[in-house]
Amino acid sequence: MFEVPVLADLNLGVTLPSVFLALYATVLLAVDIFIPSEHKIRTAWLALAGIVVSFVLNLMTYNTVDSAFFGMFTADPFSAFLNIISLVTAFISILLSVDYLKRAGIERGEFYPLILFTTTGIMFMGHANDLIVIFVGLELLSIPLYVMAALRYPDLKSEESGIKYFILGAFASAFFVYGSALIYGATGTTNLPEIFQSVSVITATEGNSSMMILLMGAGLAIVGLGFKVAAVPFHMWTPDVYEGAPTPVTAFMSVGAKIGGFAALLRILIVGLPMLVILDGQTTAAWQQTIALIAAATLIIGNLVAIAQTNIKRMLAYSSIAHAGYVLMAIAAAGTLGIGDKAAQSAVVYLMSYMFTNLGAFAVALAIEKNDGTGTNISDFVGLGKSKPALALMMTVFMLSLTGIPLTSGFIGKWMVFQATMESGLVGLAIVGVVTSVASAFYYVRIIVNMFLKDGEGDPAAGATQYVNWAVYVSFAGTVLLGIFPFLMLNLANPITLAVIAP
Amino acid sequence: MVGTEAYVVLSMVLFILGAMGVLLRRNAILVFMSVELMLNAANLALVAFARQWGASDGHLFVFFVITVAAAEVAVGLALIVAIFRTKKSIDIDELHQMEG
Repeated sequence: MFEVPVLADLNLGVTLPSVFLALYATVLLAVDIFIPSEHKIRTAWLALAGIVVSFVLNLMTYNTVDSAFFGMFTADPFSAFLNIISLVTAFISILLSVDYLKRAGIERGEFYPLILFTTTGIMFMGHANDLIVIFVGLELLSIPLYVMAALRYPDLKSEESGIKYFILGAFASAFFVYGSALIYGATGTTNLPEIFQSVSVITATEGNSSMMILLMGAGLAIVGLGFKVAAVPFHMWTPDVYEGAPTPVTAFMSVGAKIGGFAALLRILIVGLPMLVILDGQTTAAWQQTIALIAAATLIIGNLVAIAQTNIKRMLAYSSIAHAGYVLMAIAAAGTLGIGDKAAQSAVVYLMSYMFTNLGAFAVALAIEKNDGTGTNISDFVGLGKSKPALALMMTVFMLSLTGIPLTSGFIGKWMVFQATMESGLVGLAIVGVVTSVASAFYYVRIIVNMFLKDGEGDPAAGATQYVNWAVYVSFAGTVLLGIFPFLMLNLANPITLAVIAP
Repeated sequence: MVGTEAYVVLSMVLFILGAMGVLLRRNAILVFMSVELMLNAANLALVAFARQWGASDGHLFVFFVITVAAAEVAVGLALIVAIFRTKKSIDIDELHQMEG
């Protein structure tokens, strides 16, 4: 007999940070109508306030391990850690947007609620304990991003960016849904811990068709999420979309969309399918080799093609593809039984360090961009060391951190990921990672050389307004502090346990 | 009663047709319809599996897919209209402002 659930059964308390943000964004969308168009900065301030409240709520419930909505939604340190990253991303992106939207002539109030909606989607993907929730989170993340990418209409580049992102995003979602349908068909449930139970039964029985369906389903789900995180060979859309979208949106999606995609990949692969082995008794999951191959291809193509770029947004797009490769290394490592938790910790630590550094790099690129969206070439950095020494110095630190030089947060992230990869026995992949890191120095250092060593009239950096400066300071502080005192984030990541079983 | 396998095979055929459509069609609206075909192929598979397992999770998933697809249509058609106004064409091969 079906019983109507009462509100208390839903256990809404643990969902507070993300559900609050969703409701707040909805209210903000309505409130924005009453804010006159010359004072749209008030919407931005209200959005920032909502992010801060959600951030505090998230810190208050950091160590809770509980589930809500009948096991579809889970709150644990993993989701809380990702919430911190996604909320800080949204915060910095709004700081970047305020003046940029005004000088580009696209100041529209609905932009800020859209950022909040995307952030909610990212948070839901971290919290998801069910394929349905992952799907809804994925779409809540993507749909506002399609709109934001095309925000600069009727500028053709921006519209093109929006429609390319939309078509490939919808294509990827369809893959993910079909993959989920096949996983559901093989296991009879959409709940990740129950899928885990069911997979152990399937692998123990010899020769049944469920195994085939399950492998196909997992493969299609990986393809779908691979598009979202821009892993090779599903990365073709990334440079065009990143170049065409307004720069604050590019900054936001280069971090936000990846956090969501990786959160879902980690949840599905470590909670749901860690025991997906082709022969009973193997200690590495069937998907490990596939992910390792994707990671290696992503690292090589991302880093090599980035060298040839002349536009900073395109270069950062390929660099973000390359960085997705490092996180994929951690995910591949999770395929070895017993490494799952350590790999998940290294992946989230990597994402946090990448978040600060990458947002900082985009903030500086945004500062030298002209009002009409030009001025984003790498040659535009020439002489910045003279005209804006402080900005150039911070850009140097961001570039070094993206390369992975010690005393920056990028180094800590890479260190953790390489360690997890070595422990899981994927030595070849770790070597690819180290070699491509060295190669990446080539194009990152070129920016530094342009800024300090080449003669030229420095860019006045007209975009470096007060808000943008604050965004750069916050990113800089994050990059340096986490690089010098890594325990700040390592301690936060330490309680993360995803795997259902002990090794 | 038709077996689950028949439905799943049909859904796979529809899914592949949809995927081919996305890759081969050049008109944005047709590409978009192909994506919808892929989503509906997934819906068919979900409903077939839900009947096989005798559980309602699959049906639940289908409702979410339908709802989200509707939201996607709203945004997608808006984008297509916007690009048609600027360019007077919705051929996706002509979208090459950015190269490199």
